[in-house]
Amino acid sequence: MKLEEEVVRRQRERARILAWLLGGFVVLLFFITIAKTGINW
Amino acid sequence: MPAIELTTPAALPADWRDILALTKPRVMYLVVFTGLCGMLAAPGVLPLALGFTAILCIALGAGACGALNQWYEADIDAKMRRTANRPLPAGRMDRQSALHFGVGLGVFSVVLMGIATNWLAAALLTASILFYVLIYTVWLKPRTAQNIVIGGAAGAFPPLIGWVAATGHVSALPLLLFAIIFLWTPPHFWALSLFVRSDYAAAGIPMLPVVAGVPSTRRQIFLYSLPMAASAVLPWLLGLTGPIYGGSAAVLGFVFVVLAGRVLANRATDPAQMAPEKKLFAFSVFYLFALFAVLVADRWLAV
Repeated sequence: MKLEEEVVRRQRERARILAWLLGGFVVLLFFITIAKTGINW
Repeated sequence: MPAIELTTPAALPADWRDILALTKPRVMYLVVFTGLCGMLAAPGVLPLALGFTAILCIALGAGACGALNQWYEADIDAKMRRTANRPLPAGRMDRQSALHFGVGLGVFSVVLMGIATNWLAAALLTASILFYVLIYTVWLKPRTAQNIVIGGAAGAFPPLIGWVAATGHVSALPLLLFAIIFLWTPPHFWALSLFVRSDYAAAGIPMLPVVAGVPSTRRQIFLYSLPMAASAVLPWLLGLTGPIYGGSAAVLGFVFVVLAGRVLANRATDPAQMAPEKKLFAFSVFYLFALFAVLVADRWLAV
């Protein structure tokens, strides 16, 4: 595999993981807010 | 303006597996487990989202410690067989990225802990990260054979942080849990360092077996196991836990001291003949898991 291809592959992989982590963080913040405001479903 | 010519190719961006390896995920289990047990043993119950976040923050804080430790010790890691293939000594990642990642992860874990639970828990998390990185890694580890004794305090923080995350204050039981891990750390690490001491000697780290010798280390292991076993029974004697914990702590402590006695009796200097040391090391991990598991069982079954 060429060097440029490997660089792009790694960058894409990291970007995908970062996107998932950020999405998870947003969901976590939502639930933290719900718990802190004391709303019981 | 003269043209600038790049003579060296740009380094590859680090693979995500190497970034994950920086956090030392394998040593995180015990930290997360003791933190979780500290939280579950506390009076009152945190909402699930906040409890999950508190444990996540403890894990991320431990990850930050791992990354900063590897950043600082990259040259030492390169000299030890056990650590030579880590991302930094193996050249798969540059040191500055590891530093940025470690600092970023540490700050993130502290801020999130403060927002989700309380700022006392966040302050304790900050103290544990700074203690591990500055006091243990930078100051004590390369200078004194007592590095593990004082540095062990860093690993003793998680149950205290878990408890404070749940209650917002410090009380006697979490301080005793802190003391138990603090006293458990030296015999646990010294048992390991006895049969990997050639690695530490090669890296110039003054671990006790390298500096004081094998017989002295065996004596210290046995001597530390006595107050450790006694401190583990103390929560029950003080009426802070029930008989399930008290009985289990007594039995587990007794076995620990017996195994430490076998280490003391062993005369072998060849790591291949250090079966008692290997057995004590394996049991010490089980000991801490079991002790904290029965602590939680005692709290929840007594209700």
